Amino acid sequence: MSQANEAMESDERVKSISPLRKALIRPELGGMCGTVIVFVLFIIFAGDSGMFNPQGVMNWSQVSAQFMIIAVGACLLMIAGEFDLSVGSMIGFASMIMAIFATTFGWPMWLAILVTFAITISLGAVNGLIVVRTGLPSFIVTLAFLFILRGFAIFLPYAFEGKSNIGGIKEIAEGDWLASVFGGKIFKGFFQWLGDNDLIATFTRGTKAGQPVIEGIPMLIVWALALIFIGHFILTRTKFGNWIFAAGGDSEAARNSGVPVDRVKILLFMFTAFCATVLATIQVMEFSSADAGRGLLKEFEAIIAVVIGGALLTGGYGSVLGAALGALIFGVVQQGLFFAGVESSLFRVFLGVILLGAVILNTYIRRIITGER
Amino acid sequence: MSSDIKPLIQMKNIEKHFGRVIALAGVSVDIYPGECHCLLGDNGAGKSTFIKTMSGVHKPTKGDILFEEKPMHFADPRDAINAGIATVHQHLAMIPLMSVSRNFFMGNEPQKSFGPLKIFDHAHANEVTMAEMRKMGINLRGPDQAVGTLSGGERQTVAIARAVHFGAKVLILDEPTSALGVRQTANVLATIDKVRKQGVAVVFITHNVRHAMAVGDRFTVLNRGKTLGTATRGNVSPAELQDMMAGGQELASLDGMMEGTV
Repeated sequence: MSQANEAMESDERVKSISPLRKALIRPELGGMCGTVIVFVLFIIFAGDSGMFNPQGVMNWSQVSAQFMIIAVGACLLMIAGEFDLSVGSMIGFASMIMAIFATTFGWPMWLAILVTFAITISLGAVNGLIVVRTGLPSFIVTLAFLFILRGFAIFLPYAFEGKSNIGGIKEIAEGDWLASVFGGKIFKGFFQWLGDNDLIATFTRGTKAGQPVIEGIPMLIVWALALIFIGHFILTRTKFGNWIFAAGGDSEAARNSGVPVDRVKILLFMFTAFCATVLATIQVMEFSSADAGRGLLKEFEAIIAVVIGGALLTGGYGSVLGAALGALIFGVVQQGLFFAGVESSLFRVFLGVILLGAVILNTYIRRIITGER
Repeated sequence: MSSDIKPLIQMKNIEKHFGRVIALAGVSVDIYPGECHCLLGDNGAGKSTFIKTMSGVHKPTKGDILFEEKPMHFADPRDAINAGIATVHQHLAMIPLMSVSRNFFMGNEPQKSFGPLKIFDHAHANEVTMAEMRKMGINLRGPDQAVGTLSGGERQTVAIARAVHFGAKVLILDEPTSALGVRQTANVLATIDKVRKQGVAVVFITHNVRHAMAVGDRFTVLNRGKTLGTATRGNVSPAELQDMMAGGQELASLDGMMEGTV
């Protein structure tokens, strides 16, 4: 057993890791720090602007929730080592075909929604299949789909209706069981009770007098929280989650160990398309319309949220919770600058700075984990 | 090897052609349980082709492979792994960013029920990983330590321990020591010795005669797709092996200069 003793001795050379350093290598760390900083800043500079009263909170929560929904899909895909640049165009395309099915074709809303999901998830599978079969970078393949899908999102409404915007969805969706899963609000009774007991403000004038300023929790937020929970659970607690890390960490090594890398990647492209379509459906319900320009630049916003959340662009490392925090930072800052009365174009400056900071921090964290110098 | 022990794998007159290139021209080798069979050869001698044939990646053009005395027909490497033939590759099947425990069970994740769902049994995985690593003489800081923080030798050891844990009867090691320092090499050779004593057949591919002599029971030298016979420990000197690997040519003249230290 002399070898074992040797190993014991050599173990002394492994420096014990300090708790601080250990905390540092959690992927969510950047997101947590960022969230705290952002909230402290806005409480100082916009604390009295109404940003933190119930309506203000609802405002930035909803904006953040939109980012969160697409960030969950983008996060899992990025950890598996791939990108999807077609997310934004997918949102535009999905909302457009859904609106055309419901208006031009006159289908019931639930059918329009289901068929749209079937089409977009298939397109996600096509994205994945092309990437896996050709071995081309997903960056290029999905960039092609960014243009293809946006092109169709603009072309289709012109071809069918001769305009770029299709409206009147609300009337079709009225009372539809599936539409309410995307467009409704929950806990209305609870908020009415809060309003009745003066725990939150109520409208004092107009047709809504007596109703609470917040009617209920929009399904947008419910979807965001549910997707975060499911994504986090799958990634950290299941076999498939281990496969996601493995596929992104080193796909060849994963294959050698019997991980079905191709299947994992294709499924995640489909999941990303699913998330994009969820957001598209929610927007169609909320605005009662579809617009060819919807979802513009959303793919980059999703990727930025994921990177702020600690995921590595090269794959193999990241966290859904981190991505959710990244999306929260995104939403809070975008709306917070408005509340604080700052010129909104500065939002982009902030975005660039925080993205750069996050990437540098992530690279440093990666070095700690892998022991590279 | 005594005659009452049955060979695990018998490779008989294996030939493998890639188009017009003859990579293997009639190689015969027997692998017995509990032995460390060293496969020596210079670059391009056909070592890699030979082990890929053994592990089901390539089908031989001619010749028979018997596994546990039955003709072997593996459709793909997965079949070979299930039958108990595991390969630890030169470029490891380890993912630096993932924890040792997640790596150890990659592709073989233990699951437990969680309501209607099946979830990754992290507690079990961590426990087994720590125990297996201790057995191999590696003390981890914890099962969540990333593989990237391990040395090259320790990574090899994790890969070997993993293969053995998942029931490998034959362990094919493709140049496990070629990129390692002296101390790490010693650790890997010690691991090979432990595994062999558990009754696993080890096929150790190397072009370093000293590493082979340190743990090998039998030695087969490949040269230009042919075997020059199998020698037993004690019946062959390092210089002879070296000579056979080089085909008895160039190195002979250098021998005086290098004093057999190659």
